[in-house]
Amino acid sequence: MAAPVLSIENLRTRFFTKRGVVRAVDGVSFAVTRGQVLGIVGESGSGKSTVGFSIMGLIDPPGRIVGGAIRLDGRDLRQLTPAEWRRVRGRRIAMIFQDPMMTLNPVLRIDTQMIEAITAHERVPRATARDRAREALGRVGIGAPDERLAAYPHELSGGMRQRVAIAIALLHRPEVIIADEPTTALDVTLQGQILAEMQTLARDSGAALVWITHDLSVVAVLANDVCVMYAGKVVEQGTVDNVLDRPLHPYTRGLIASVPSRHPPGRPLPQIPGMMPSLMQLPLGCAFRDRCTRASDTCRSDPPLYSLDERRVRCFHPHVEEDEAASASERAEEAP
Amino acid sequence: MLLFVLRRLLQSIVVLLAVSGLVFAGVYAIGNPVDILISPQADQAEIARTVAALKLDRPLWEQYLAFLQHAATGDLGRSFVFDAPAIGLILERLPATLELAASATLIAVGLGIPLGLWAGIRSGSLAGKAILAGSILGFSLPTFWAGLMLILVFSVELGWLPAGGRGPTQSLFGVPVSFLSWDGLAHLVLPALNLALFKLALVIRLTRAGAREALTQDYVKFARAKGLSEARVIGVHVLKNILIPVVTVVGLEFGSLVAFAVVTETIFAWPGTGKLLIDSIGVLDRPVIVAYLLVAVTLFILINLLVDVLYSILDPRVRMAQAGG
Repeated sequence: MAAPVLSIENLRTRFFTKRGVVRAVDGVSFAVTRGQVLGIVGESGSGKSTVGFSIMGLIDPPGRIVGGAIRLDGRDLRQLTPAEWRRVRGRRIAMIFQDPMMTLNPVLRIDTQMIEAITAHERVPRATARDRAREALGRVGIGAPDERLAAYPHELSGGMRQRVAIAIALLHRPEVIIADEPTTALDVTLQGQILAEMQTLARDSGAALVWITHDLSVVAVLANDVCVMYAGKVVEQGTVDNVLDRPLHPYTRGLIASVPSRHPPGRPLPQIPGMMPSLMQLPLGCAFRDRCTRASDTCRSDPPLYSLDERRVRCFHPHVEEDEAASASERAEEAP
Repeated sequence: MLLFVLRRLLQSIVVLLAVSGLVFAGVYAIGNPVDILISPQADQAEIARTVAALKLDRPLWEQYLAFLQHAATGDLGRSFVFDAPAIGLILERLPATLELAASATLIAVGLGIPLGLWAGIRSGSLAGKAILAGSILGFSLPTFWAGLMLILVFSVELGWLPAGGRGPTQSLFGVPVSFLSWDGLAHLVLPALNLALFKLALVIRLTRAGAREALTQDYVKFARAKGLSEARVIGVHVLKNILIPVVTVVGLEFGSLVAFAVVTETIFAWPGTGKLLIDSIGVLDRPVIVAYLLVAVTLFILINLLVDVLYSILDPRVRMAQAGG
């Protein structure tokens, strides 16, 4: 297997607010190789977006990365000076945001916003930069690019704006693209189109794609690997085939069961009871304990992330065959 | 756009009419100027003659109609005191007031935007908090007191700057201005600063609030994600969004600067329209008061119009709405 272009090791990001410390990301590790797609799945507040912003070095105070390493081609970005990290952003790692209505500056024309993205990293004449911006718009399927370049964001539709944002992200052929729910705010028909386009664009440019989403069906069609996050921690991590077909963690199972399309019509949709605890006052032990049907007294201590059935899982009571279950829970207790 | 401007001009005529009626009635109610204008020794016949000459014996509505008739030809009446056209008196002093107000605006914007940006971006730092505290002072100190303190410190104690008057003026395109000579500039600094104080505080707070809001917006994060330098993120992405409310407020407040100049001009003996107004109110010089207020209202209307036009240049979304409807 090729060396990963991006690997995250034990990343910990916290927000030091007046009301307490929020452990938004608590010991997350993963790796992506070129041309691969990693899905990060979780509910709102699970810390999945914070992972993305941590990789970009864009955690605003009172937030701070307090531990771990973010390695791009082996080099830890956290050791870089702010100016060096800035040169990585947009050039080697690009990010696409959730809401296309908000990501483009409303008072600047599209060409301004595209050209500045080019000249931030390369010394090229304005005309050359403009030509490249036009080409980039063509690549993401925007017709009449000259007209669009002269337009303001509000003159474009939501799907068009997201395409502009994608075009901007692809300008420097980055090694890693982080997509933070880029299709959530779009119409269903557009979602499919953008998904397919992103997949081709990433494959063609050989970029590694980190796709952050709450939508399991997106991960199912798009990703090779998946990380399921809950309350700042990875609870299950492995290939999409393993995790989605045979989920081990009760939370993953709950997520999959609540996808409407997988469910026979006319019957009430199963839900995961309760809601995620506040990240400021996480209970001791497993954070999912209070919502879990399989929870026991063991769950009052922290479950470790350990290998089981070709993936990693953080649970004392994973959904395995009964004879395996006993040994699995033994293994979990033995793990550090 | 042209239609929009025309419609606004028509509306302004109605506003001017309404204001002139109100002011006319209001000034009439204050008191009888004859009691002040004529020496106490004057006899009954003399008073009657003066009253008749000033047409003060006519009923109010008749005086108002006569005023309107003259106003339509640009004549806003003659000053009782100076025996000169009121509008001429005002226009003669208007450049002094406008120069003062423009200088104050320049100070408010030139200092207020950088200070406000600093306070907004580094809102937790000591400097940021100090700027915010300073802006609260700027809001709460009464203009006249701040003016007196400025004179006390810079003129009386330190002796750096003159305490009052306008100093020498140079002619720029036929308009007398002070800022072209050092002495004139020295005379301008204190009153302009005094007048700017309140607006400076306003601009600081507006900019600070705008910066804080803009910094949390996705487009700022996206701009950073593109790898733009901090200078470009703040100087272009944040600033251009902040400028919209700042221009609106500063523009609209320019009119009130001209009006507030009354206090500052009185303290610094600045020979502008504000001082003229105070003097005229003192002697109930009705035509000057009415003319001043009409000129002030006209200024307000023109400024509002200008701000609307500027606004549409700054905010492309407004431009489109106007083109559409």
